[in-house]
Amino acid sequence: MTTIALSLPSARQPRQMLSWLGVAPFFLFALLFLILPTLNIVVGAFRNPQGQVTLENLGKLLSPSIRSAFWISIELSLLTAVLGCLFGFLIAAAITLGDLPRPLRNAILTFSGVASNFAGVPLAFAFIATLGRLGFVTMLLRNWFGINLYGSGFNIVSFLGLALTYLYFQIPLMVLIITPALEGLKREWREAAESLGASGAQYWRLVALPVLWPSLLGTLALLFANAFGAVATAIALTGSSLSIAPIVLFAQIRGDVLNDPHLGYAIAFAMIVLTAIANGIYILLRMRAERWLK
Amino acid sequence: MTGKQLWSWLAVVFAGLYFLLPLVGMFDFSMRMQRGVYSFEAYRIVLADPQFQQTFGYSVALALLTIVIGILLVVPTAYFVRLRFPGLRPAIEFITLLPLVIPPIVIVFGYIRIYNTSSVLPLTGSWWGTNILLLCGYAVLSLPYMYRSVDTGLRTIDIASLTEAAQSLGAGWARILAVVILPNVFVSVLSGAFLTFAIVIGEYVFAALLNVNSFGPYMVWMGGNRAYEPSALAVVAFVITWACMGLIQLFTRFSKFSTARR
Repeated sequence: MTTIALSLPSARQPRQMLSWLGVAPFFLFALLFLILPTLNIVVGAFRNPQGQVTLENLGKLLSPSIRSAFWISIELSLLTAVLGCLFGFLIAAAITLGDLPRPLRNAILTFSGVASNFAGVPLAFAFIATLGRLGFVTMLLRNWFGINLYGSGFNIVSFLGLALTYLYFQIPLMVLIITPALEGLKREWREAAESLGASGAQYWRLVALPVLWPSLLGTLALLFANAFGAVATAIALTGSSLSIAPIVLFAQIRGDVLNDPHLGYAIAFAMIVLTAIANGIYILLRMRAERWLK
Repeated sequence: MTGKQLWSWLAVVFAGLYFLLPLVGMFDFSMRMQRGVYSFEAYRIVLADPQFQQTFGYSVALALLTIVIGILLVVPTAYFVRLRFPGLRPAIEFITLLPLVIPPIVIVFGYIRIYNTSSVLPLTGSWWGTNILLLCGYAVLSLPYMYRSVDTGLRTIDIASLTEAAQSLGAGWARILAVVILPNVFVSVLSGAFLTFAIVIGEYVFAALLNVNSFGPYMVWMGGNRAYEPSALAVVAFVITWACMGLIQLFTRFSKFSTARR
């Protein structure tokens, strides 16, 4: 008996060692290419070029040009997150609760999977081809309806144009996330509410929305972060004519504008803080939401 | 037709207009290179452009290598965590979610600061180093999708029994992973792989800031200098995204079928 008890740990030792070797590359990789680079930025944001600790860099964020870039970014992300949530919710409600043909529902979900991944440079090109000066819809409106879109002040290279473009990946993401939540609404809840005399509006206000609330707010936060980090779409659409925070950082890194890497650190740090808050809210609310969806 | 149905149709029709018009516009624009007639002239020019062939081929190679790195990194980790270190799960899940939290532009900024020519590991100084850095960056971007799909795949099989059975037949760890585990989670790995492909093929920010001339920077350059070709490129990119997502759907459906039969 004792020999077995003694030999077991020694036999297990090399096996455990091997298992550690199996996960070690992952941690090394994450450390080298994810955690250290990010920490470098965070630490750099609080250091001056001489290596002393300072809040000077963060102070520079308050300069009018940087502050307005962040402000436009926040407005853009918030607007597209709110509208993305609203329209995504309507589409998801239509396909889950609206008695539509089943194939249509599947087609919309598949398309949402594609469209939420169709971001970046090609998406910008698609919108330029559609709403640009010679775009498909611009010409259609002019030739068929006599509406001069660009005469009325619209421009695809603008805040509004960028918002319209972002919605193309924001709405499908909302549809993908909220559809399971809507499907989780139990038929019995509605029947129970109706048997107690509730109207449709009362059911939504008092039963469905309180249950969906965490999912809705959480997805709003996720969409905010999603829009805030998007760079390629904005660059391909506007060049660098619209100063949003990621484009300012892009120009900083390229060394086009000012050559102050520590200001770059501060901008990057502020971006991490904003997306981390948004994602934190998403994860917290998601955990709350999942209580109801079992 | 009930009121509810009417509203639903209305929502779907409006959504359809918003989502289909840019695709129609993109396609229409890409066909209008020759005055007065529809033609595939823009596609012909783009496809014959040696720059296109070179950058596109380059991005395809990058995407495939990223997938290989992702599989080598994620499959053993997810496997050992499930089998031996369940306590590490929260830490690993947190790490794999980080690339969704930290904007990619910040990650690449960190690379440029840490691995520049005056650092201990001057990766950005050489062609090889830059490409290794780019591949690692893409592997980081794909981590959330890769890990999620592989981990879901591992959940559906009994890895403890499979491992013991393989061990009792004398298989070592490498053999167990390659011959027993990988084939069993192959469909999950594939869906992660196709998503990675779709992300990497047109990626712009990493490539542009590391000065690598891949498909993303090429597209942006075309966007600034040509009129009709960018739309043709957008159509090509859209078809690739569709193909990747379609293949994921196909394989998942296929796997459901095979598990149901089992």
